[in-house]
Amino acid sequence: MTEDNGTHTPGDGSTKPDQPVEPGSVSPEEREKPAQPAPAADAEDARAKAIAAAKLAAAAKAKAAEESEPKPPWEEKPVPPEHEEAADDPDVAAVAEAFDGAVTTSDRFAGDPTLVVPRGRVEEICRHLKNQRGFAFLVDLTAIDWPGREEGRFDIVYWMHRFEDSKRLRLRTVAAEDEGVPTVSGVWKTANWMEREVYDMFGVIFEGHPNLERILTWEGFNGHPLRKDFPVEGIDTGAAIYPDVYPPGGGPILDGEGEEAAE
Amino acid sequence: MSEPLETLFEGEEMELSFGPQHPSTHGVLRVMLKLDGEKILDAKPIIGYLHRGTEKLFEKEPFPQCIPHTDRLDYVAAATNNQGFVVAMEKLLGITIPPRAAYIRMILAELQRISSHLLWLATHAIDLGAITPFFYTFREREEILDLFESYCGARLTLNTMKIGGVPFDLPDGWTATCSDYINRLPAHIAEYETLLTGNRIWKKRTIGVGVISGEEAIEWGLTGPPLRGSGVRWDIRKVFPYDRYNEVDFEIPIGNNGDTYDRYLVRMEEMRQSARIVRQCLDRLPDGPVMAKVPKVIRATEGMVYGSVEAPKGELGYFIVATEKATEPYRCHVRPPSFINLQALPDMVRGRLVPDLVAVIGTLDIVLGEIDR
Repeated sequence: MTEDNGTHTPGDGSTKPDQPVEPGSVSPEEREKPAQPAPAADAEDARAKAIAAAKLAAAAKAKAAEESEPKPPWEEKPVPPEHEEAADDPDVAAVAEAFDGAVTTSDRFAGDPTLVVPRGRVEEICRHLKNQRGFAFLVDLTAIDWPGREEGRFDIVYWMHRFEDSKRLRLRTVAAEDEGVPTVSGVWKTANWMEREVYDMFGVIFEGHPNLERILTWEGFNGHPLRKDFPVEGIDTGAAIYPDVYPPGGGPILDGEGEEAAE
Repeated sequence: MSEPLETLFEGEEMELSFGPQHPSTHGVLRVMLKLDGEKILDAKPIIGYLHRGTEKLFEKEPFPQCIPHTDRLDYVAAATNNQGFVVAMEKLLGITIPPRAAYIRMILAELQRISSHLLWLATHAIDLGAITPFFYTFREREEILDLFESYCGARLTLNTMKIGGVPFDLPDGWTATCSDYINRLPAHIAEYETLLTGNRIWKKRTIGVGVISGEEAIEWGLTGPPLRGSGVRWDIRKVFPYDRYNEVDFEIPIGNNGDTYDRYLVRMEEMRQSARIVRQCLDRLPDGPVMAKVPKVIRATEGMVYGSVEAPKGELGYFIVATEKATEPYRCHVRPPSFINLQALPDMVRGRLVPDLVAVIGTLDIVLGEIDR
């Protein structure tokens, strides 16, 4: 709608200058513009002027009322939060100081600071945050899949809480498909199942995890459901049901291979 | 059968699969037990029987259509699940909701907390052999479900919140019915307490069972009544007030010993506090719209947010990742309180007897729909 490339379609709502326009959309000033006023329209003209003046006054009054009484936020267009630099955050600064060059980026979005750290140093940084900075509580640990991203396919996200001042901090690290991430289950016990879930759903290996098994799907399930290349309809897992038809291990059957064999 | 029977009990240890079809596992939880006689040497929860791939489904739905999926997570507390999702979305989009919508949300969420706790009390007491409370708590829960039905048409999967507010205003006469119910509730809670609190069998079954200290509870990431039962005064409604919880007055009950009995007392008091919040909300219910000005097609900005609410089971969080101008979440992770709370089960039952396992599963108040997602 912003650029006029001369290909107006009837339904696009734009108004060509040479087209007749609806009277309702014309401002009072424009209405007075006609080049040739009708000879007997003086009285009409005066009336129109009076109406226009009244309208203007009303609009000005409404505007003034609006300025003095701002609209409540729920009637305004929502303003989405913006990304800011978070290097001034005391915890981000403390980590950057204690681990030289470890914090590659920091960001604050919707009030929550995030720092990005290299994969290999996750465990020591988490231990530092827990023991020296008081983040005693790991709220959440999860992953995000970005297939085809240059720096690595997976984001692993740690979300921790400090009780003293109710502060929350997010730690993010990047791992490629074949790279392991050091486990933090030795730092917070609660990370045990969270890491198992991430392993199950994304196939991220956590090095040093005491019991890295599948948790929501069953042992022998082939594939990691929350990867973006896993079909949302699911996969044919008939292996367990028809062992003579499907190969052991189950998993995605390419081009209906299994169905042919079943016939 | 040439071998005589003596060899049958020769081994000291026995493995027992408890569930997934056992009635006191509250769904399809399976616990592999290692037993010495009736003493539990080790327990290993096995979950995933109810896995439906909710997080995968979120990625294919426009933002508003994710809300019905949240109903099916903790299916006995749908309103708080809806609330968690919309609170996170409003954080992502920068929406402020009108006060009337916030108050209606709080009323619904607190009624839902009461209903969830009533269901917990009924099943927990039945597990421990007290059948009578079930009939009374379900009588009161029924009235809450009727209130939900007259508000939004559904009783369990409510789908009753929208990004930017609530879908409907309260129907005529609803506040009067609700107010009448809330006035009667404290007397009913006192009724349950006469059945259980001083009951010697109840005390023997719950005091000193499933003890977890405050430090351990934090280490295991417990939230909600299991954390408060261990003496940690922590509630999302107070720490990060969402909607308008900063405007109402309520206490956070805590326990001292971190055992099953304390968690029982905490939940009983929470019901009273919830009734108190509903009462205040009904008294102060402001006028005005129930929906903020939200675009018809919701488009997010690039970023990741985490929004959480205090669900009846603990902290329920939604971690939403959106790309620029996206209409559906790129990734939406649910932090289910039951999933995290269940993880502490082996520590809480080790060295105790099998009946104590039933008590501890009941006191953790798990819902498998939320654990398996």
